[in-house]
Amino acid sequence: MSFLAAVGRTFLNFLAGVGRLVIFTAVALSHCVRPPFYPRLIGRQIIDIGYYSLPVVGLTALFTGMVLALQSFTGFARFNAESAVATVVVLSVTRELGPVLGGLMVAGRIGAAMAAEIGTMRVTEQIDALTALSTSPMKYLVAPRLLAGLVMLPCLVVVADLIGVFGGFLVGVYKLDFNAASYLSSSWQYLETVDVVSGLVKAAVFGFLIALMGCYHGYHSRGGAQGVGAATTNAVVSASILILIFNYGITELFFAR
Amino acid sequence: MTTATPKIRLQGVTKSFGTKRVLQGIDLDVGGGESLVVIGGSGTGKSVLLKCILGLLQPDSGSIVIDGQETVGMRGGERIALMNRFGMLFQGSALFDSLPVWENVAFGLIQGRSVPRKAAKEKALEKLAAVGLGPDVGDLYPAELSGGMQKRVSLARAIATEPEIIFFDEPTTGLDPIMADVINNLIIKCVRDLGATALTITHDMASARKIADRIAMIYQGRILWSGPADSIDASGNPYVDQFVHGRAEGPIEMQVRAL
Repeated sequence: MSFLAAVGRTFLNFLAGVGRLVIFTAVALSHCVRPPFYPRLIGRQIIDIGYYSLPVVGLTALFTGMVLALQSFTGFARFNAESAVATVVVLSVTRELGPVLGGLMVAGRIGAAMAAEIGTMRVTEQIDALTALSTSPMKYLVAPRLLAGLVMLPCLVVVADLIGVFGGFLVGVYKLDFNAASYLSSSWQYLETVDVVSGLVKAAVFGFLIALMGCYHGYHSRGGAQGVGAATTNAVVSASILILIFNYGITELFFAR
Repeated sequence: MTTATPKIRLQGVTKSFGTKRVLQGIDLDVGGGESLVVIGGSGTGKSVLLKCILGLLQPDSGSIVIDGQETVGMRGGERIALMNRFGMLFQGSALFDSLPVWENVAFGLIQGRSVPRKAAKEKALEKLAAVGLGPDVGDLYPAELSGGMQKRVSLARAIATEPEIIFFDEPTTGLDPIMADVINNLIIKCVRDLGATALTITHDMASARKIADRIAMIYQGRILWSGPADSIDASGNPYVDQFVHGRAEGPIEMQVRAL
């Protein structure tokens, strides 16, 4: 009986958590579209998320493209399909690896930072101080981060796509002895608009999810340093899991026949 | 100087967290222009009481009336308009560590009242001067200040919008006695200059005696006694006597486990 009670309690807690998250998301979204807006804060978040994440996302994309070219070449050589390397690299990077790996890297960098910053503000009563100064914490702290996440991750993924393809090109031309012009023309030949667009839609959704998880867990952190640490971990883990789940959903939406 | 109609009136305010009943029916009046200090031990519900009045927590039941207007359940624009009339000094100062000192002080003016940044900075430096801090402090960040300076900045922030009602949450906690007295003097000066109503919660009796017109004692979620500050030593209430004199023996029993 106590086992069933524990299962029931866990399930009810899970449902309550989902309910809290849905309400938080709805309130946060409503603040994104209602004035006053804080362009200065949105700008700061855009720089934090977009500009300062460029090195980590760029490096990830570069080495992903390089490894992909090398792996697909050695794999495809088994059935004489080496010529498909350029196409495989460009499709994999734009459809999947750019947005997913970029999203996961940004979740580790930005999701954690958001949860830690907002969580510290919560436990040091800075969020209460915002309310006491007639400023909505949802509007001042959460909305700018959500908007910046939504806008900046697609921008980062465009850069990641280019660098990823360039990484494949480097390995293809300088290590695997492909002709540079034919590698590039193979890359463009089979690339369709939907490949890039689906990757950018994924990036926008992932950017929103990363910011949402960072803000949500930070906003609800409790109990000092330990609570902030737990919020940071939860933000990164939940954002990473949601990225993988939503990645499947969006892929299904775009490409399922 | 107090007026007959209470500025703040609490009736039957209750608040629980799970099974823990923190406020068990608070009745309290604060007159206009009055400085009321609520004293009480740790965990008696002082901070919860303050947060309920401020609207940071929603009471489970009861009424909180400010200037004749019921504030429980107030939301949106009405709540923001009400908050614009408040100032608050938090226990841990709660300064925004991502903003320089002047912007902390000017925050309510810039965000709450849409004052241009330049004018708000001038006002902030004026308020910093009122709490004894020079303009050079304005460009520092809160982490670069001592605890006493942070309290002063927090006080400057609380009075920057010239509010009608100012709340002080443990204003002298964590300060040395001299700095605590400096803060007490500043509180008295600022409240008098503004003609504001002040509600302070503290367990520092020296502070309570100095800044209060009237003192109320909270114990187990209820107001146990209230009266003029100068009558606290003759309250005739054994709980108040024990608290005022800081005695371990008496009707208030601390939960201490034997080693």
